[in-house]
Amino acid sequence: MADQIMLSLKVNGQSHSLQVHPFARLLDVLREDLRFTGTKEGCGEGECGVCSILLNGRLVNSCLVPAVQAQGGEIVTVEGLADGQRLSSLQDAFLTQNGAQCGFCTPGMLLAATDLLQRNPHPDEAAVREGLAGNLCRCTGYVKIVDAVQTAAREAR
Amino acid sequence: MRGYLPPVEVRVPATLGEALTLLAAEPGLWTPLAGGTDLMVVFNAGHLKATRFLDLSRLTELRGIAEDNNLLSFGSLSTYTDLRECRAVHQHFPNLVKSAQVTGALAIQNRGTLGGNIANASPAADTPPSLLAYGAELELVSVLGSRRVAYASFHQGYKQMDLAPDELVAKVLVPKPTGRGFHYFRKVGTRQAQAISKVCLAAYARLEKGCVAELRIGLGSVAPAPVRARAVEQLLLGQPLASLPIEAARLALGSDISPIDDIRATAHYRSVVTGNLLAQMLRELTQA
Ligand SMILES: Cc1cc2nc3c(=O)[nH]c(=O)nc-3n(C[C@H](O)[C@H](O)[C@H](O)COP(=O)(O)OP(=O)(O)OC[C@H]3O[C@@H](n4cnc5c(N)ncnc54)[C@H](O)[C@@H]3O)c2cc1C
Ligand code: FES
Ligand code: FES
Repeated sequence: MADQIMLSLKVNGQSHSLQVHPFARLLDVLREDLRFTGTKEGCGEGECGVCSILLNGRLVNSCLVPAVQAQGGEIVTVEGLADGQRLSSLQDAFLTQNGAQCGFCTPGMLLAATDLLQRNPHPDEAAVREGLAGNLCRCTGYVKIVDAVQTAAREAR
Repeated sequence: MRGYLPPVEVRVPATLGEALTLLAAEPGLWTPLAGGTDLMVVFNAGHLKATRFLDLSRLTELRGIAEDNNLLSFGSLSTYTDLRECRAVHQHFPNLVKSAQVTGALAIQNRGTLGGNIANASPAADTPPSLLAYGAELELVSVLGSRRVAYASFHQGYKQMDLAPDELVAKVLVPKPTGRGFHYFRKVGTRQAQAISKVCLAAYARLEKGCVAELRIGLGSVAPAPVRARAVEQLLLGQPLASLPIEAARLALGSDISPIDDIRATAHYRSVVTGNLLAQMLRELTQA
């Protein structure tokens, strides 16, 4: 039985090749093998969204993606949102609007919101809530997160 | 992180022919993998018995939504997002759009597939009621060729399907409604997003001369598999919209469903709520 595969993928624009178990969760490949620890693990079953990343331009839960299906994939994690020390306008808005408290949900929220703003640059509140429906936050009550996303959208106008 | 991963073998065929040849050579040994949103949950929990997987995700033959004069043909790898982004689906099958919208949240909708939802055969799945309401058919393929089955006869019991171990679901074919149509879909879960259905009801009716000329009702979570409400349909067929026998329909529903108690709801709750959804649907139909 071939228990390992050679996986090649791009994370935040950089190419990587490594030996992994074909059903290793992409989440673990990112965190444990490649040390992109910004992506978090919560439920491990697709419910909470803290492991959200972009895979080939689509928002996915990295805990449900087996490594074999990330072959040749282009991935964006929270580490890829800032430009060096310059935060993205969305990250800035999370800071100024207090969109984070403990911060555990924040990487996933930022990816889901980044994806939303790419598809819909000026979402109304309902659209923001739908775009973030798969991301749970146990601290903020969501109001400030929604504010942050809408602030970023306004500032991009 | 999971400490121990059992060894698995995964094949990633480049063509449908290759996939079917492998399935035919060792039927039952290979478990198809599509978007993984059902399989990976079970695998991550350490409960998946299968160890050999056939990754379908690169098979372009199973992708895409095609339209002709009479029907829409969905490749089994069509995702919920594909459904939501397709104009023809909105135009002809609003219930399917609603099914897709209430399935998980966006990250699930981007990966989960129609074929996976069907072949996972959960009685609580949310596209089956809509597919039943629209009279869908499935195209199943094996090395021997393809065959078409009515979706209404595909599920034969709890997780039992008219699907041989060497077959794949290739396409879902849904005839376009003609004439004046009425569409209804409602899922009842514990909360708005990311909830598994306690009850789901989808209906399609064709109206002619103020009467119900055609009616199909699909139900989820009230039987071992998704089911049609045949007794209710029979009762209502041909009836004038102005005076639909709503209470009699509610009574007839009893012989169409066999709900059980489980972690999400009691059988009693399911019966009452299914009856309420049916009544709400019929009140809307009266106004149509
Ligand atoms: C957080 C979360 C929320 C969810 N919410 C909902 C919900 O609201 N409603 C709902 O209905 N479902 C829900 N699901 C379940 C799941 O997302 C869907 O059932 C999805 O459509 C499964 O498709 P997949 O491609 O991911 O299937 P996979 O996991 O890849 O496969 C599922 C099963 O189908 C088989 N299979 C797949 N494709 C084929 C094929 N072409 N031919 C033959 N067999 C095949 C596989 O062998 C496997 O047994 C949810 C799941 C998660 C994790
Ligand atoms: S850890 Fe992936 S969705 Fe919760
Ligand atoms: S800030 Fe703590 S979970 Fe969201």
